[in-house]
Parts: sequence; structure tokens; C-alpha cells
Amino acid sequence: MNALLETTELHVGIAGLAVCRNLTFSICRPQCWAILGKNGAGKTTLLHTLAGLRPYDHGSIRLLGKDIDQWPRRDIARHIGVTFQDCDDRFPSTVLETSLIGRHPFLRPWQWESDDDRSIARAALRAVGLAGLDHRIVSTLSGGERRRLAIATTLTQDPDLYLLDEPTNHLDVHHQIAVLDTITRRVREQGKSAMMILHDANLASRYCDHVLLLYGDGRHECGPVSTTLTEANLANVYGHPIHRIQGPAADVFVPG
Amino acid sequence: MADHHAPLMRGPILLTGLAALAPVCMVFAVTTGSVATGWHDVWLAMTGPAAEPVQRVITELRWPRAISAFATGGMLALAGALMQVLLRNPLADPYVLGISGGAAVGMLGAMLAGITATLVLTGSAFLGALVSMFLVFSLARGGGGWTPTRLLLTGVIVAAGWGALISFLLAVSPEQQLRGMLFWLMGDLTYAENPAIASLVLAAGLVICLPFARHLNVLSRGDLQASALGVNTQPLRLQIYVVASLLTAAAVTLAGSIGFVGLIVPHLVRLLSGNDQRFLLPGAVLLGGSLLVVADTLARTVLAPDQLPVGVITAFLGVPVFLALLQRGYR
Repeated sequence: MNALLETTELHVGIAGLAVCRNLTFSICRPQCWAILGKNGAGKTTLLHTLAGLRPYDHGSIRLLGKDIDQWPRRDIARHIGVTFQDCDDRFPSTVLETSLIGRHPFLRPWQWESDDDRSIARAALRAVGLAGLDHRIVSTLSGGERRRLAIATTLTQDPDLYLLDEPTNHLDVHHQIAVLDTITRRVREQGKSAMMILHDANLASRYCDHVLLLYGDGRHECGPVSTTLTEANLANVYGHPIHRIQGPAADVFVPG
Repeated sequence: MADHHAPLMRGPILLTGLAALAPVCMVFAVTTGSVATGWHDVWLAMTGPAAEPVQRVITELRWPRAISAFATGGMLALAGALMQVLLRNPLADPYVLGISGGAAVGMLGAMLAGITATLVLTGSAFLGALVSMFLVFSLARGGGGWTPTRLLLTGVIVAAGWGALISFLLAVSPEQQLRGMLFWLMGDLTYAENPAIASLVLAAGLVICLPFARHLNVLSRGDLQASALGVNTQPLRLQIYVVASLLTAAAVTLAGSIGFVGLIVPHLVRLLSGNDQRFLLPGAVLLGGSLLVVADTLARTVLAPDQLPVGVITAFLGVPVFLALLQRGYR
């Protein structure tokens, strides 16, 4: 298996807090990873670090075998797409314009978006259920619609690795399932990979094949869902008892 | 803070309209004044000798002044549009970071020292603007971080410092110099004698910015988002800062601190056709230029033979327009 993104003995910290120490793992195609951890454990910090958006203490991060610091930003953006936890729009823009900025890394300075780019952006909007809203101003959308628009922008970017910070935030159950279906279908069918921060162990076990658990003190656990996503580990992560009970389709985790 | 209305027209249509508006405004400026002239005289003056004094009035006074006004308005509007992206603040204008204050202190200081040579006066204004630009940049960079908020706060405080110095200089200046100083502070195109330099600076500013217009679209969504989409944000932000500052310095040096053009024009264009910088930047240049040409023509004719500072006219036009914009749905 050749790794898309791999870390070796990675140390990441923020404001004196250790996010992870000696983190060594690799994301291969077509894998889907979940990051779980309690509030403030550093999940977002780690995600940004993996995208090359902030410095790390030591260790290494390699994208396609080359150190991430050696990559030009534009080339990283052709391989890694990030959906941020929140976006604040100070200036008015339409839904289609927002989705289209996902094509930015693929265009030269003077180049304009082509009809192909526009159809990619429209397909992404359709995939998250925002078809027909092309000319709506973003600030008139609901929180859930904006969340889906942010995901559509990353879908338009069509990276090899999707880094998603709480993609299901603000979404109703139907759209949570629809969005994760869309992402994991891309991973499976197009040989992509994804790493997403989730707060729901059930979504993680349903959609992901690997998990990275952050304990909030630099300790971590990573591996396949079947062996890593256990009652005991989850109870450790959240500092709250978690029970695994039999559900109609699969086992479900419920807080004790 | 965002506009809730969909853009009224598409970018190319807006640009075409504004490109047609600009020559109309120029002709209005050239045909208006104490010596009555019409289209015909302008045509004659441009193609061959017309009767004196019409020939001289048109080719030596009104054309150069109209071109200076257009270039100055264009520079201010372009600088304002860039500052709004740089600071990610729709309320930013070219003066918010203290460049006009630095220029004013340079200019008033030179006036107070008894200098009357136009070249030296404009030279000191430009020098003052540059000093302010480097001061704000190095102070904002001090801690390593260069966030829009830190830059804005640094600029606002430095501008306040210049404001205090300006008040001081005005307080110690002799009576007979005060009128000229106040005119300059409010913005005045009387001394904008050389339209070629202003036009060149404006053209250079546009040529530098337009290839990066799509990058600015991405940057206006925040540094993190822009980085994730492949933009090298720090070099780009530095480039915008330098270009916007130099445009402002050139405009202020030529014509004093003409208000409102740099704030309102980018807003108007954004309201008309959205925030796509590929249309917004050239649209702002065309509209800003046209607006200042008209305002300057009014400034020299409304109370003729007395001249008003053009900054007064732009403020009179700008305040109601801006309030109308607010009513229309800015939150």
C-alpha cells in the first residue's frame, strides 16, 4: 500500500498543550479515517497541521512521500482539500461563486473558470442538495445549508485527500447521512481518502474504516475501527462511560 | 456584515456601462466652466487650433485637470477596494491605515517651513506617506503575526497620531497659510498639474493587481481558507499592502485627502455586480475616476469664480449615497 499522507513521530502542540506525541500513521487510498476526541483535545489543530497550514514541533509529515514543507501551497491544494469548521463571509457572494473557488488551485493567474469548472461546481452543489440555489447570496442560507456549501466547495476542489472538520455540524439526520454517503462513495469509487473530525462514534463506525483517538494530553490511539473503536477506549477519550449495545443493523454506542 | 441582495447586473455589462460613462464625464468636465464651450469647441481644440482663449482653456487647463481628477479618483477607488480585501473589512478606505495622515504632516510641515515650490511640497507629502506606510507595516509585524485585525488597529492608532500632529501644525501656523492648508486637507485638485504621472501610477496599479484578482476573491474568504486553496497569503497580502499604499500616497500627494471616493465606490460596484474582484477592481477605477471628474467640475463651477475643495463635494455626494446603501440592506 502506498501512503497518500503519512506522519512519523509527529509532535504537535498548541498554547502549551500537547495535541499528540510520537504520532505515526499513514492514510492510504481508499481509506476513511475518523478523528475523535473531547472538546479542546486539539482535533482541529491536528487537522490543520496535516494540511500543512500550521507548524508542528517535530517529526515529519509526508505527502506522496515528500515532506509537506517542501510542497508549494498550490500543489498541496491540488491533493488536499480542507473543509473548515466555520467560515465567515464578510463580503457578499453567491452560492455558485463560493463553490467555484474550489477550482482555484487548478487555474492559472489570468485564467477564467471554464464551463467544465462550472459543471463540476454545479455537480458538487447537487451532491449536497443545493441544486437550483446558484444565485442565492450565501448570507441568506441557513447554517446547515452553509455547512453543505462548504462541503460542496471541497467536492469541487476534488482533492485526493479530504480533510473535514466536523462535516456533520449543523446538519439534520438526513443530510448527515447524505453528506457522509457522498464523501465515502468518492473514497471508495474514485480511490480517494478522507479524514474527518466527528463527535458521533456511531457515524465513525458506520462510515470510517480507521480511527484516530486523541486523549487530550498527547496520548493517542490509532488503528482499524474494529479493534480501536472500543467501549474502553471511548470511555477513556470522553471521560464518560460508553456502552456498546446491539442495534437493529449494527452495534451502537450509547453514553452510560 | 453582508449584502443580502443578489447582484443587479453581471460584471461585463457593468464594465461596459462604466466604460461608456467615463468619456461622458470627461466631456462634461471639459465643456463646463467660466469660458463657455461646447462639444464643437472641444473637437476643434483637440484636432486643430480653435479660437483663443478657448484653445488654451481646453488643452492647457481643463483636459489636464480632468485627466488628473480621473486618475486620482481611480487610484483612490482601487486603493479602497484593495484595503477592504486586505483588512477583510468592508468599512476600510485608503486612509484607514494612516497614509493620508503621514502625507498631510509632510505637506503641512513643508508649508509651515515656508516652502512654496510645488515639487518640494508634493515631495514632502509623498515622503510623509511612505514614512507612515513603513511605520505601520513594521509595527504591525512586530510580534511576527500579521493579521488583518492587528494591521487595522496599528493603522488606526498611527492615523490618530498623525491627526494630533496635524492639529498641532494647524494651531501653530500663521493665519494666511491656514486657508491653503485646510483646502489641501479636504482634498483639492488645483495643484494637480501633471496628469501623466497620475495616469501612469494608476495604470501600473491595475496591471499589478488584475492578474491576482481571482486570488483576492479567495483571500477575501479568510487567510486559512485561502491557504488551503493554494494561495501564498503572506506575500500576496504584502503585495496588496504595498500597491494600495503607493496608490493612496500618489493620490494624496496630488490632491490631498479627498474623502469618500475610496470607501463608497468599491461598495457601489460590489452592490451592482457582486464581489468578484476581476470586475470590481476595474469597475471601481472607472466609477471612481468618473465620480471625481464630475465632483471636481462641480467644485470649480458651483460657486464660481470661487473654488470649493473637491473633498467637500465628494462628501456631499457620498454621505447620502452611503446612507441609501445602508438602508438597502447592509447589516
